[in-house]
Amino acid sequence: MAGSTPASLSADAVVAQATSASRPRKPVSPAAEAWRRFRKHRLAVVSLGILGFFVFAIVAGPFLWRVPINDVDFAAQTAWPSWTHPLGTDDLGQDLLARLIYGGRVSLAVGLAAMMVSVFVGVVVGAIAGMASGWVDAVLMWVTDLFLSLPQLPLLLMVIYLFRDALKAAFGVEGGVFIMIVLVIGGLRWMPNARLVRAQFLSLREKEFVEAARALGASRLRLVVRHILPNALGPVIVAGTIDVAAAIIAESTLSFLGLGFPPDIPTWGRVLFDAKDYLDIAPYWALFPGACIFFAVLSINFIGDGLRDTLDPRRVL
Amino acid sequence: MTEQELRKLIDGVKTGHLERRSFLRRMLAVGLAAPLANQLLALSGVPMAQAATPYKPTKAGGGGTLKLLWWQGPTLLNPHFATGTKDQDGSRLFYEPLAGWNSTGDLIPILAAELPSTANGGLSPDGKVITWKLKQGVKWHDGMPFTADDLVFNWEYARNPATAAVTSGSYKDILVEKVDTYTIKITYPKPTPFWADAFVSAVGMIIPKHLFADFAGDKSRDAPTNLKPVGTGPYIFKEFRPGDLVTGVINPNYHMPNRPYFDAVEMKGGGDAVSAARAVLQTGEYDFAWNLQVEDEVLTRLEAGGKGAVRITEGGSIEHIQCNFTDPNKEVDGERSSAKTKHPSLTDPAVREALSYLVDKDSVHKFIYGRGGNATANFIFNPERFASKNTHYEFNVDKAIAILDKAGWKPGPDGIRVKDGVKLAYLYQTSINQPRQKTQAIVKQACAKAGIGIEIKAVTASVFFSSDVANPDTYPHFYADLQMYTNGPTAPDPAIFLQQFLSTELCQKSNKWQGRNITRWVSEEYDTTWHAQEAELDPIKRAALMIHLNDLVINNHVVIPVVTRPSVAAVSKPLICELSGFDSYIWDYANWYKEV
Amino acid sequence: MSPTYVLRRLLLSIPSLLGISVVLFTVLAMAPGDPFGDIVMNPNVPASVAAALRAKFGLDDPIYIRYLHWLAAMVQGDWGFSFQSRIDVDTLILQRLPTTLIVIGASQVVAMLVAIPVGVLAAAKPYSLFDQVANTLAFVGFSLPTFFTGLLLILIFSVQLGWLPFVYRTDLNTHGLAYLADEIKQSIMPVMVLGLFQGASLVRFVRSSVMDVVKLDYVTTARSKGIGRSRVLLRHVVRNAMIPVVTLIALQMPIVFGGAIVTEQIFRIPGIGSLLITAILANDTPVVMAVTFVFACLVVLFNLIADILYGWLDPRIAFR
Repeated sequence: MAGSTPASLSADAVVAQATSASRPRKPVSPAAEAWRRFRKHRLAVVSLGILGFFVFAIVAGPFLWRVPINDVDFAAQTAWPSWTHPLGTDDLGQDLLARLIYGGRVSLAVGLAAMMVSVFVGVVVGAIAGMASGWVDAVLMWVTDLFLSLPQLPLLLMVIYLFRDALKAAFGVEGGVFIMIVLVIGGLRWMPNARLVRAQFLSLREKEFVEAARALGASRLRLVVRHILPNALGPVIVAGTIDVAAAIIAESTLSFLGLGFPPDIPTWGRVLFDAKDYLDIAPYWALFPGACIFFAVLSINFIGDGLRDTLDPRRVL
Repeated sequence: MTEQELRKLIDGVKTGHLERRSFLRRMLAVGLAAPLANQLLALSGVPMAQAATPYKPTKAGGGGTLKLLWWQGPTLLNPHFATGTKDQDGSRLFYEPLAGWNSTGDLIPILAAELPSTANGGLSPDGKVITWKLKQGVKWHDGMPFTADDLVFNWEYARNPATAAVTSGSYKDILVEKVDTYTIKITYPKPTPFWADAFVSAVGMIIPKHLFADFAGDKSRDAPTNLKPVGTGPYIFKEFRPGDLVTGVINPNYHMPNRPYFDAVEMKGGGDAVSAARAVLQTGEYDFAWNLQVEDEVLTRLEAGGKGAVRITEGGSIEHIQCNFTDPNKEVDGERSSAKTKHPSLTDPAVREALSYLVDKDSVHKFIYGRGGNATANFIFNPERFASKNTHYEFNVDKAIAILDKAGWKPGPDGIRVKDGVKLAYLYQTSINQPRQKTQAIVKQACAKAGIGIEIKAVTASVFFSSDVANPDTYPHFYADLQMYTNGPTAPDPAIFLQQFLSTELCQKSNKWQGRNITRWVSEEYDTTWHAQEAELDPIKRAALMIHLNDLVINNHVVIPVVTRPSVAAVSKPLICELSGFDSYIWDYANWYKEV
Repeated sequence: MSPTYVLRRLLLSIPSLLGISVVLFTVLAMAPGDPFGDIVMNPNVPASVAAALRAKFGLDDPIYIRYLHWLAAMVQGDWGFSFQSRIDVDTLILQRLPTTLIVIGASQVVAMLVAIPVGVLAAAKPYSLFDQVANTLAFVGFSLPTFFTGLLLILIFSVQLGWLPFVYRTDLNTHGLAYLADEIKQSIMPVMVLGLFQGASLVRFVRSSVMDVVKLDYVTTARSKGIGRSRVLLRHVVRNAMIPVVTLIALQMPIVFGGAIVTEQIFRIPGIGSLLITAILANDTPVVMAVTFVFACLVVLFNLIADILYGWLDPRIAFR
């Protein structure tokens, strides 16, 4: 959005004519065009850099920073940041940098994957309910209401009890836990997204441009995918970024229920939680995981904004 | 100290040759704790000290509100239904027992006029009959007199299966009779060395007959007084919001002179332990906070606030690691960890011994629990009388390696030791609780050095400590190789607690996992020793038997004790109070006051 | 939105709530745990006691019988009997309702009052300094969990400055204005913690949906007719941008009843959230069932209200 102004469809046409008249453009592939649009959003590009840095850190970090994550060292309990421990240590003298690098892998993967699950389910349910109306809408909204009403704690305990061993057997310890966490977090957070998308659809499907497309004989699927969905994406992208933050934090609560990763895996949310009682003794301990979550969420959000600009059919660039 | 020497000393007290206090001091010096030393004297015909705590205020009232912070608030106020200590403590605000245990382990009379002893005829020589004399002139909060009828009623109420009282275990096998208005007689079916159970401490709180008589048995849940207690205690009930708040106001007719000191009392519930400590130690919003199972480093930091201090009182609770003697990975007749199986590696004594060298208790004490957990070699460590001197502990990875090498467990390609295809890789479970996860981390690290692989598992406490038959994650199922939690005797006598290693108590599917023997360790010698102590009236011989039981468990490495778990409370600077590791935190709160 | 439509939806919500109650009951009955676990653990309590209690509270019956018992009682207005407190469930809930409504309700109001204007203003001038600051704060707001911000506030305002109490009391013994002052003093931190957490996401949604509407044709038309910027924003944009916001608020409203577990725990607020979590941890099913069922009724009700509001905000929306 930076540097661009919103304009109407008619203006779009005028500007497009003007550009084509003054400077004939070479036809570009859709991907290149998307990248060109995305690049205009400077914050999005910077954010892509930050996220890239995070990904690089968690992938290459363990090779560059070779301190074990669970090396208990009582001589260095709650040590402030220093050269030996650039981010300090926790109350068992474990190196926080190593722990955050290691835990970041889990936190980012869980955050992104769970967000995708919740956004995907939410969009599908919301879009079907919003387009279909009638009994399909009623049934889907009933399911949404049901999920909203379920008390999460007993539900989670039941899920662990029923499925943990089965998933462990099917996907191995780490993989099974990962899949379960992603499904559980995503499965318990799609409802607001579904309601948001449905509300947008209810409004958008009556708009002139949709009617116009319908009159031109566009199929229902085409209506949804090409015309309504791109216009309904705004709240979805916001919801998506909030979901990433919520999933990273939720993962740490899950491990308290015995549902998450084993408690000795230092995910960001977990480290933040462990640090809270030491906030007045060792503030740095909470600061670093907090900052990691903050910057991850921030960058994902701006990337989301950039993506919306890229996909927005009305945007003039 | 031999039996002979001890008897000589007791005679010295009897004849007045030896002062009572110096007798107790000598007993402590030889490792005989006060509660049993006292019972020892009682059985030998010496009355127990009617020790009065020094109490300075010269009139009742005038002390403002006593503000107690229980981070889990009481949810019900009938002592016979009190499932946890929070409910027992809430009930104790208004109800009183005949006697309670103080910090040194003395039995202190509360509603009793005096304690039963051989000298006053309260204890029969055969150890079967106890006669209690009640305090006269005690009134219930509604003005009715407190008499022997109330005690007989409490016995009937609690033993009635239809009431389903939690206290029924203490009353169902005894006979309680009224001798006169202020005297009752308790008859045990067999000689009972530890008789101070019924009407004593938490299970002994007495409810009024005139308000509950119509609501015994099936109707017990309809009693209006379940929610509005009428007791004999220092404060009269005012308001109750389950889980949040209990309040009371001063009882002007309390049966002890110049007491209580405060005009009102409130017990606030909710929140977590750290912030409870903060409210007493750092901001001074509250006078007393209970059960602070918090890292000592955090507590020390909060104490620097200067508004209060942390008080540690040792009881009998012990954090320990249990070894599974059955195979948790093999299913037999629909259950794992079946008593019909044998654990492939933990049944090897060398492996268990090696494990015991790999638990760095001193570090766990020093860096995790601090004052809230002292390293110990014993399973039964308190009262001191029962604490064995024949055990020791050591953290030594090299020794563990040597033991494993010698026993033929050789490191495999992945560094984990193997013998005949059996790997030393263990699942080590406990409840979710930060200090426990840190302990797991410390043990895991040491085990890795010795070539034992540990997978850590933590189960949410509400599941781990439940009796759910269908859930494999509870501690009684023990579907893991090692597990860790805290447990301890509920009275200053370990006999019932030590049932947990009897072969008749095996915890298995057939008894819906309600047996007490969770390690599934079986030893004939242990069984016979335990049954011998049951009938042993001689306290010295009985103590020796208890110590032998402890030694069997420790030297066979059935469990590995980690640290003791004393009760930890935060007390504001001016508050003067006596706490006890053998009774409720507020067992003596009629005597609490503030130094101005 | 015709009255018959509303009536039809209300009638339809009865079977839908019944269905929800069946699922809730089944989940609670199947979730692991045992209300009398403490008793079974205690070596001094004979095993028969727990068995007698289970029989007494009908826990040994099959699930469908227990459900029918619950339903029959609920229809007659009997909410059940708490295993843990041995007290009627409605008494427990009513005791905690006022506190929950005051504290959680106030935080929702704060969230809305702050978030909607901030979001609109931020969208009006995207990428201005105001927008950047508002966004950054919003990101901080939902990146940091309430357990953390709550503790931070306590450390600053209770411990360091000593201005505010951090234990919420239901037995304030002051009256009149002094009572009001005390109530505000003890509520301000929890209200802020929760309000900002909720408000942070609301700001993002408001901003995003206002920006979506601003670019629509009719806004350009209105602007080109020479209508003032702020007038267009208020009269034309905001109303249409409210659809996602109404959706979100409708999602939040049931929480006013359900309470906020973490915040209530930090500040010891005896709200319904803390009742629910204690009941869940103690496997006190009747309490959990009652609270979640009321919550479910509110979810369904506010979903209906949201649908009605959509029709008012955008008259073209028609439910068939």
